[in-house]
Amino acid sequence: MNLTYSAEEQAFRQEVRDFLATSLPDDIRERVRLGRRLSADDHVRWQNILSERGWLAPNWPEAHGGPGWGPVQRHIFDEECAAAHAPTVVPFGVNMVAPVIMKFGSEAQQRYYLPRILSNRDWWCQGYSEPGAGSDLASLKTRAVRDGDHYVVTGQKTWTTLGQHANMMFCLVRTDPDARKQAGISFLLIDMASPGITVRPIITLDGAHEVNEVFLDEVRVPVANRIGEEGQGWTCAKFLLTHERTGIAGLGHAKQALRHLKALATRVQHRGRPLLELASFRQRVVKAELELMALEVTNLRVIAAAQDGSVPGAESSLLKVRGSELRQELSELTRRALGPAALPFFPDFLHGDGELDDPTLAESAAGAAQYFNRRKLSIYGGANEIQKSIVAKTILGM
Amino acid sequence: MDFSLTDEQRMLADTLDRLIADRVAPEQRRAMLEAPADEPSALWQTFADLGLLHMPFAEEVGGLGGDGIDLMLIMQALGRGLVPDAYLAGLVLPGDLLARLGDAKQRERWLTPLLEGDHQLALAWQESHARYDADGITTAARRDGDGWCLDGNKQLVLNAASAAALLVTARLDDGRLGVFVVPADASGLSRRDYRTIDDQSASDLTLDAVSLNDASCLGLDAAQALYATLALGRAALCAESLGAMEVACEQTLDYLKERQQFGTPLSAFQSLQHRMVDMHLHLEQARSMAILAATSLALPDAERDYRLAAAKAYCGEAARFVAEQSIQLHGGMGMSEECYVSHYAKHLVMFDHYLGDVDHHLNHVSDHLVDAA
Repeated sequence: MNLTYSAEEQAFRQEVRDFLATSLPDDIRERVRLGRRLSADDHVRWQNILSERGWLAPNWPEAHGGPGWGPVQRHIFDEECAAAHAPTVVPFGVNMVAPVIMKFGSEAQQRYYLPRILSNRDWWCQGYSEPGAGSDLASLKTRAVRDGDHYVVTGQKTWTTLGQHANMMFCLVRTDPDARKQAGISFLLIDMASPGITVRPIITLDGAHEVNEVFLDEVRVPVANRIGEEGQGWTCAKFLLTHERTGIAGLGHAKQALRHLKALATRVQHRGRPLLELASFRQRVVKAELELMALEVTNLRVIAAAQDGSVPGAESSLLKVRGSELRQELSELTRRALGPAALPFFPDFLHGDGELDDPTLAESAAGAAQYFNRRKLSIYGGANEIQKSIVAKTILGM
Repeated sequence: MDFSLTDEQRMLADTLDRLIADRVAPEQRRAMLEAPADEPSALWQTFADLGLLHMPFAEEVGGLGGDGIDLMLIMQALGRGLVPDAYLAGLVLPGDLLARLGDAKQRERWLTPLLEGDHQLALAWQESHARYDADGITTAARRDGDGWCLDGNKQLVLNAASAAALLVTARLDDGRLGVFVVPADASGLSRRDYRTIDDQSASDLTLDAVSLNDASCLGLDAAQALYATLALGRAALCAESLGAMEVACEQTLDYLKERQQFGTPLSAFQSLQHRMVDMHLHLEQARSMAILAATSLALPDAERDYRLAAAKAYCGEAARFVAEQSIQLHGGMGMSEECYVSHYAKHLVMFDHYLGDVDHHLNHVSDHLVDAA
């Protein structure tokens, strides 16, 4: 047993670091560093740079244009990206629909969609959750009725992240209302420009427009846009849940957040001394440090198992629960470290192009908003309570 | 990056698990605890036969050259069985310090028989006023002709009642830390023997003008060696607590599946499922920290001690959580001495009191926290 990175892995880390230092545009780096929302153009600009380097799709097999990295390299890449304030790649195309298309799609579908994802021509969003189907996703009601070569889709999707920028949506729909609830679901790819689609923003409590409602009113979708067989949609969705979730703890982000927190708490003062010297505050930072150490080794254990070919299943649930709790704790400590400076709220600066002429205000502007935004971590992708039920069932056999 | 065990390591773990399941069942364990302290147990002889007593020592001093992971596997298995034999206190800790400090003659006199299973030793480093601080001791060693004279008190010396000799830390006139081998029958040495609440054999010692020859002095500047030995002990304890946590979780899970209330097994209740998952999460994170501890022993001192403090503090919290939940989820049964999980719970809680508790180690991490990015 050996927890150190090999010379090759360390060289790879340096290569990634050098690339990020020279290729990540300064304006994008600065927006991410300050916690400001990126425009669609910012995302695409960065993803094109990654695509040119061949690093947009670390999880893809080489045959489809992936870089051929193992789990350890992907982990290093994630860490370095977070440390360099690189934007997170919008996951819905590259990391979510693509693996499903590779696994269940026809050859024609693969030939058409995969290159478009790799070249950022399509922006994908996810049509899973509905107003009445959250954690109980399989109770979804959006209906797809067959009409010749088309399905006619009617219903409502919600929490559609960055759907305002998307031109394509992968969508779970009910094709057989009489079948057992998981069995009647199919997986459709829907052009967001189709007549009958309306996207409405949902403004979250941090003032951001990140998620949307998507209304589908008799939207005609070619049958050719179905992935897999009719009724196989739940299998596709479940496959996605177990696919490549070694990054789910968000370890790179947690490390960056802890670095930022320590720097911040060293800078801000409490009664003439750095806040980090205040015993009650320091104690919580120490505990976060310990949790991060443990989580990193746990994450590496799962990665090493994946490297040896085992599929992380319920272990990802452990990583998700503890990773989200840690990142939430770090966002809480960051908010507290800011003190009164956490209160001023400048939504035009955070979420738009509004500028702040006071750099001190700019540095602290995102703290509280990010704290509220991070509440989502324990809710999305299967709430932490759902994750615990998965562990109880699949690992503990309860 | 490699988390796999070698074939030898897998075999070692399997052999030990089988041996302990076979030889340290609850009633056998009770008999072992009631046996006289000065007779080695039959299990100790088996350990010697299997080479386990040689395992954690370097080949240069007659050991098998096992690494931190080998020791982790042994301690984890001992923790799983709540084995009362003092593998850590009677062998690993004193043996490691002897190997670090002793010259060839001293090793031959004390270490070789230790590895052969011919005698056991004990490490007397702790004093009541100093709590967990190895530096805060007042036991004094002063020159006395060609030899030394020791005066002071030692607290909670594990395995002292079974030891042929004790490795005693003492403050020298010039402020340095010395380590001396004190034979169990030395004149001026007295012992108060007792069991700890979690069944460890321990003693408080009084050293009243204990006179030693010069060959009894292992080192006069021994602080760094002592820290290294205590670090090894902390890694071993983390592994032992991991084994005990595993069993506490297994027994609790079995109980939840078996025990019926309101016409259904307890395991059907979501609040209990989630509690059980929380135990499992603590267990897996503690496993990671035990691995981190076991693989950090060869690092430079400061980094080693930082990681060991982090691991010991983390495992201490996890062990307490698992112990308390084991009792809670067993309901009234968990309160009874008859229910075996209660013994695991006791050991897991009291684990924190050996070689520095959560506060002690959090404080170390806090003092050495890398502040800024």
